[in-house]
Amino acid sequence: MAKATNDAQLLIQSIHKAYAATPTNLKIIDLYVVYAVMTALIQVVYMAMVGSFPFNSFLSGILSCVGTAVLAVCLRIQVNKDNKEFKDLPPERAFADFVLCNLVLHLVIMNFLG
Amino acid sequence: MAKSKVEGSGSLRNAFGGVLSVFILLLIGVLAFSIRLFSVIKYESVIHEFDPYFNYRVTQFLSKNGIYEFWNWFDDRTWYPLGRVIGGTVYPGLTLTAGTMWWLANSLNIPLSVETVCVFTAPVFSAFASWATYLLTKEVKGPGAGITAAVILAMVPSYISRSVAGSYDNEAVAIFALIFTFYLYIKTLNTGSLFYATLNSLAYFYMVCSWGGYTFIINLIPMHVLLCIVTGRYSSRLYIAYAPLVVLGTLLAALVPVVGFNAVMTSEHFGSFLVFIILHVVALVYYIKGILTPRLFKMATTLVLTVGVAVCAVVIAILIALVASSPTKGWSGRSLSLLDPTYASKYIPIIASVSEHQPPTWPSYFMDINVLAFLVPAGIVACFLPLSDASSFAVLYLVTSVYFSGVMVRLMLVLAPAACIMSGIALSEAFGVLTRSIKFHINNFFVDSHTNTPATAKLGDSTSTESSVPHQNVVKSDTTAKSEVVKKEKVARRKQKKEKELTENALVKPVPAKKEKWPLVLPFEASFVSILLLIVLGGLYVLHCVWAAAEAYSAPSIVLTSHSHDGMHVFDDFREAYAWLRHNTEVDDKVASWWDYGYQTTAMANRTVIVDNNTWNNTHIATVGTAMSSPEKAAWEIFNSLDVKYVLVVFGGLVGYPSDDINKFLWMVRIGGGVFPHIKEADYLRDGHYRVDAQATQTMLNCLMYKLSYYRFVETDGKGFDRVRRYEIGKKHFKLTHFEEVFTTHHWMVRIYKLKPQKNRIRGKSKKSKLGTKSSSSKQGGITRKNPWN
Repeated sequence: MAKATNDAQLLIQSIHKAYAATPTNLKIIDLYVVYAVMTALIQVVYMAMVGSFPFNSFLSGILSCVGTAVLAVCLRIQVNKDNKEFKDLPPERAFADFVLCNLVLHLVIMNFLG
Repeated sequence: MAKSKVEGSGSLRNAFGGVLSVFILLLIGVLAFSIRLFSVIKYESVIHEFDPYFNYRVTQFLSKNGIYEFWNWFDDRTWYPLGRVIGGTVYPGLTLTAGTMWWLANSLNIPLSVETVCVFTAPVFSAFASWATYLLTKEVKGPGAGITAAVILAMVPSYISRSVAGSYDNEAVAIFALIFTFYLYIKTLNTGSLFYATLNSLAYFYMVCSWGGYTFIINLIPMHVLLCIVTGRYSSRLYIAYAPLVVLGTLLAALVPVVGFNAVMTSEHFGSFLVFIILHVVALVYYIKGILTPRLFKMATTLVLTVGVAVCAVVIAILIALVASSPTKGWSGRSLSLLDPTYASKYIPIIASVSEHQPPTWPSYFMDINVLAFLVPAGIVACFLPLSDASSFAVLYLVTSVYFSGVMVRLMLVLAPAACIMSGIALSEAFGVLTRSIKFHINNFFVDSHTNTPATAKLGDSTSTESSVPHQNVVKSDTTAKSEVVKKEKVARRKQKKEKELTENALVKPVPAKKEKWPLVLPFEASFVSILLLIVLGGLYVLHCVWAAAEAYSAPSIVLTSHSHDGMHVFDDFREAYAWLRHNTEVDDKVASWWDYGYQTTAMANRTVIVDNNTWNNTHIATVGTAMSSPEKAAWEIFNSLDVKYVLVVFGGLVGYPSDDINKFLWMVRIGGGVFPHIKEADYLRDGHYRVDAQATQTMLNCLMYKLSYYRFVETDGKGFDRVRRYEIGKKHFKLTHFEEVFTTHHWMVRIYKLKPQKNRIRGKSKKSKLGTKSSSSKQGGITRKNPWN
């Protein structure tokens, strides 16, 4: 049992150390993802308290948070310099794609929000 | 110098190849369009069958009243007295597409009527579908395979059957949307671009708008993602291809009113969410693996497993409890009947009664995809030779569509694009190997006689250059045509393992150390004969497709023809009957018939019907079925309670039309009996056989359907010989008491009856009550007539 907790602590420390080495722009994107997921969780808690009517608003709220988190993760994948598959992709193009996809997502959300 | 010259000629070849392929694709589009025009040439530009009439009526409404009215339309001329919410129960893709095309043409001052646009929507979209097949197969294998697959799809009979000119049904645009969505998914998978992922979601939205079969896409793509993860082909491109599609796709699907919240609540979509979660877990695992050392990673996995397994078990238990609490485990009836083919016949007779929902017979595979049945296995092998994400998707698509086509003959349509892609790949690979063999043998012949001829360089074929020494470096030049050939060589090599040893000895090998592998060639005569045979095979396929399009699938089924010794007879009885209804009845009169004719009646006769082909209310259909199976008085009561004025039956006994109501009658009994237990199927059968001759049961001979079909039938030939059933009918001379015949068409195919109004004064009843106290005298004895209204 003690070994397990020791292992867990060692693990968390090494993950922390390895993560600190990532570049700043990636960390900003990660922060954005965490913020989006937090917003989604807050909405779920609110729905649990208040009830799920109108359901379409709840759905569009949750899916907009999840959607923009997913898109941010895709942006992070494309911008990450360690990723060999995307080394010829200019980061501006990746960001433009991200903006376009977000535009479509939020257009649909606006329509569905009710 | 020589290198740039060869490169120049290579790019010229490229340009020429590009122009040629554009021209070929244009021709393929024209071919796809024109092969579907047989029905317009043989009959006329008319809408076919039953379902297209409903779509046509909706499109008419849309073009007349605009999109807001269409979106909020409540139709009160069908399913009387319930009505139907059209805006919320129809898949709007087809009608919106045709409406847009009509509006576009009219705004450009091309005066096309709505009917013309509706009739020709399907051929136009089949041309688009063959171009989409070209794009999809190009992503899977290469442009050569793409063009072959496109030309095969343009002609495949299974697709023609649902997209002839006049077949204005959902599949006309849905198959194009299906192929295009798959193309964009594979393109995203291959390039990893978020732009294509957005386009993929939008194409999926168009597919959801068009057809209920969109659930196939939203289950096939997660299956493929799972397959890639399980076989170790996870990559970040997979994440970009799948994750945005799930989120955007679910949202867009929920936007369509027909789907609505089903997009998140039915079991058909749960697969996609499950794989979404699994994909995130896998992505997280790969990320952590990337930043930790292997030892620490192993520690992490053991820790997570011990904790995670307990949590997972709890979550799964909750999920299972939720899903199991609903009786169908959250699946809709139609999807369940796909997974369990016996489900419909046990529980939902309406689904079981539709002929399109029966399993196909073996010959129908040959009829519908013909030669492709042989080429598909070769294509599967060719897909495995360099197994990529795209080719594994093509194989998975084929396997699942073969299973579903085995369950329901209507889904052969989903098999058709998969079979075309596979056959295109197979044919293109075969042609590649054979033409390369022939070229190699011809060049070998030349090289043996000349040593350093520059003529071989012009061919630009890496096989010929490999065998001549000074042009080694040319092999490394990277025009796409050459890399294409090199790729095909690598692919074709394993196909002919047996000939490998023979041909390697035949090759001249100047330099042993080379990056490219040996090309694989067959003997000259064998490859020549094989090419000829493949061309003959293609010719047979074309012959069959044109025959199927012309003879088998072009019948509009609202107009029938027959050929006899004195020429061709045209049976236009259906339109005659609907026109009579339209001109000789009041606008608000209700017409009752079996549900097959509902759409046509509302579209062509413009009268309110009780039940139609949408079959959404089983009890209402069962009411009509019970009325048709009951004796005259009971049937009159039922129809009167529904405000029905006219009853329409289809009768084929005079001319031998086999799809009439008497042949469908047992289904009416079964469906009616499913809701009203006093209708028992056994009452209508004599010894388990369905007969309407003298041996029929009394219930059968007295029921409304029998009477309305055979009223005055004996007057036609004196004996009442039914040409469909091939015997004389049982009850020949009878009168109708509660109905009167108002119209019978020229060939007696459609018969319309009117409900007689209830008599005001009932003869004999008041006299009976006066004499009730006295004993009945002999004066009344012989005169009392049986009153049918008692």
